[in-house]
Amino acid sequence: MIETRGLRKSFGEKVVLDGIDLNVAEGTIFALLGPNGAGKTTVVQILSTLISADGGKVRIAGHDLDKEPDAIRAAIGVTGQFSAVDSLLTGEENLLLMADLHHLSRREGRRRAAALLERFDLVDAAKKRPATYSGGMRRRLDLAMTLIGDPRVIFLDEPTTGLDPRSRQTMWQIIRDLVASGVTILLTTQYLDEADQLADRIAVLDQGKLVAEGTPDELKRLIPGGHILLQFAGTDALASAARILGRVTRDDNALTLQVPTDGSVRSLKIILDQLDHEGVEVSGVSVHTSDLDDVFFALTDRPNHTDVPDTQKEGAAR
Amino acid sequence: MTTLAYTLRDSATMLRRDGRHSLRNLPMTLSGVATPTIMLVLFNYVYGGAMGAGLGGAALSGNYINYIAAGVIAMTVATGCETTAINLCMDMSEGIIARFRTMAISRASVLTGQVVGSVIRTMLSVGLVIGVAFLMGFRPTASLMAWIAAIGLIAVFAFAITWMGVAFGLIGKTPAGANSLSLIFLLLAFTSSAFVNPETIPAGIRWFAEYQPFTPVIDTLRGLLLGTPIPNNSAILAIAWCVALALVGYLWARAVYNRNAVANNLSSVR
Repeated sequence: MIETRGLRKSFGEKVVLDGIDLNVAEGTIFALLGPNGAGKTTVVQILSTLISADGGKVRIAGHDLDKEPDAIRAAIGVTGQFSAVDSLLTGEENLLLMADLHHLSRREGRRRAAALLERFDLVDAAKKRPATYSGGMRRRLDLAMTLIGDPRVIFLDEPTTGLDPRSRQTMWQIIRDLVASGVTILLTTQYLDEADQLADRIAVLDQGKLVAEGTPDELKRLIPGGHILLQFAGTDALASAARILGRVTRDDNALTLQVPTDGSVRSLKIILDQLDHEGVEVSGVSVHTSDLDDVFFALTDRPNHTDVPDTQKEGAAR
Repeated sequence: MTTLAYTLRDSATMLRRDGRHSLRNLPMTLSGVATPTIMLVLFNYVYGGAMGAGLGGAALSGNYINYIAAGVIAMTVATGCETTAINLCMDMSEGIIARFRTMAISRASVLTGQVVGSVIRTMLSVGLVIGVAFLMGFRPTASLMAWIAAIGLIAVFAFAITWMGVAFGLIGKTPAGANSLSLIFLLLAFTSSAFVNPETIPAGIRWFAEYQPFTPVIDTLRGLLLGTPIPNNSAILAIAWCVALALVGYLWARAVYNRNAVANNLSSVR
């Protein structure tokens, strides 16, 4: 549904995107994950026809971005930090404005606006201006405005940044419901749990390059953070097990061995079978899979850590 | 529907939006009337005695307000430009224009709606200012044809200045910045024939005052409203300036609009 090849973009000297290849299947959620300043928003701005790429090919909903931008605009909806609601109009007027711009009949526009206000729990706020809204309400109105035109592809640029946990859960449920109805979603996020919760596939973007791509599970397995922790009753058993298993991290005080694995049941069985075969008694076992945090930090680690305050400053300035 | 029909429909939608904004943001809308009204009061009642005497009152039926009315009308157009620039800059920084640009709507309609809305707002302001001037003793002697010509000139001038205001709004990083750019027109109004006869201005500045856009527009307007002779070439110069400003403003605004839909936000990805 969304396909990019070798997407490039620079602002002046600064290379923001350095050859991005993406492939998002219809009816799935694809998360673009990365720290502030990684280029996530730039990707969305290019895909939503706001700014042009310096190089590369983009196809969305069967249309080429260079040749048929208007066909793409008709198929997409954008909600995010750079797009917004009209703060001088009420929630309902914002929706009706969008309905007019989608060339819906007055009746159809009113019908859809009413349905969306109902669906996103904004009925009471319909006649009020967004200035009086909470962050979550504002974001829901923003998304409702996007949905008026019935887009097949939706871009969500950091949909839950700055929201409280409850609003965040609400937004997540809305996003899941959307995909269940068949639309394709590309979302950007700096929250790993958000990508983990929602996405069918995740691409990790760092300093303008894709550093990893796959399902959440594939990504977790990619990083050798996963291990099995074996507990032993005494030093003899610990020593024997360490000799048998070879490549382990041994802790003589805690009487534990840390064995790196991919976290699969099969690898666990092999290790336990090996020890059982040699007659070594294991008193306890726990499996530690790496979470996306490990993946994220491993993949986006900077050789020069003085960079970190800079990116935080950018985030604050936004 | 044809492309043209869509363009007209989208422009009408944008115009309705602009009208709603004017009503919701009433203090700012009214400030477009307040500034010229204050000028009218200030120059007529406070400075009028001294400055009117310097003009040689006989030619003006002894009435300074008859002289400054045309200038204050032009000034109303200049303050209208500020509102346009601020509105547009707010739309840009709020991100609503970025949203419009990701939609399959006529690109021209976003700016067209703003311009038409601004011209209507400015013309209404001009109407109010003329009313206030009338209450203060302004007695135009224009014929019906002259009134039509005068209103036409004001509309064309407002159209030209509004396009410049749109460009200022698009390039301004903040509403305050966009506002200060449009102050240039207020400055031009003060260095024109709005309140004094340019012949009383020192040589270097006089040349500037005689040829800058506001003086020929004001002189032509004054001639039409009071039935006094219009200085040589003033009408032609006025129209030429209007065409030039409209063209520059339009091309400038269009270029900026097409280049940077997200100009104010680019810094966030740097």
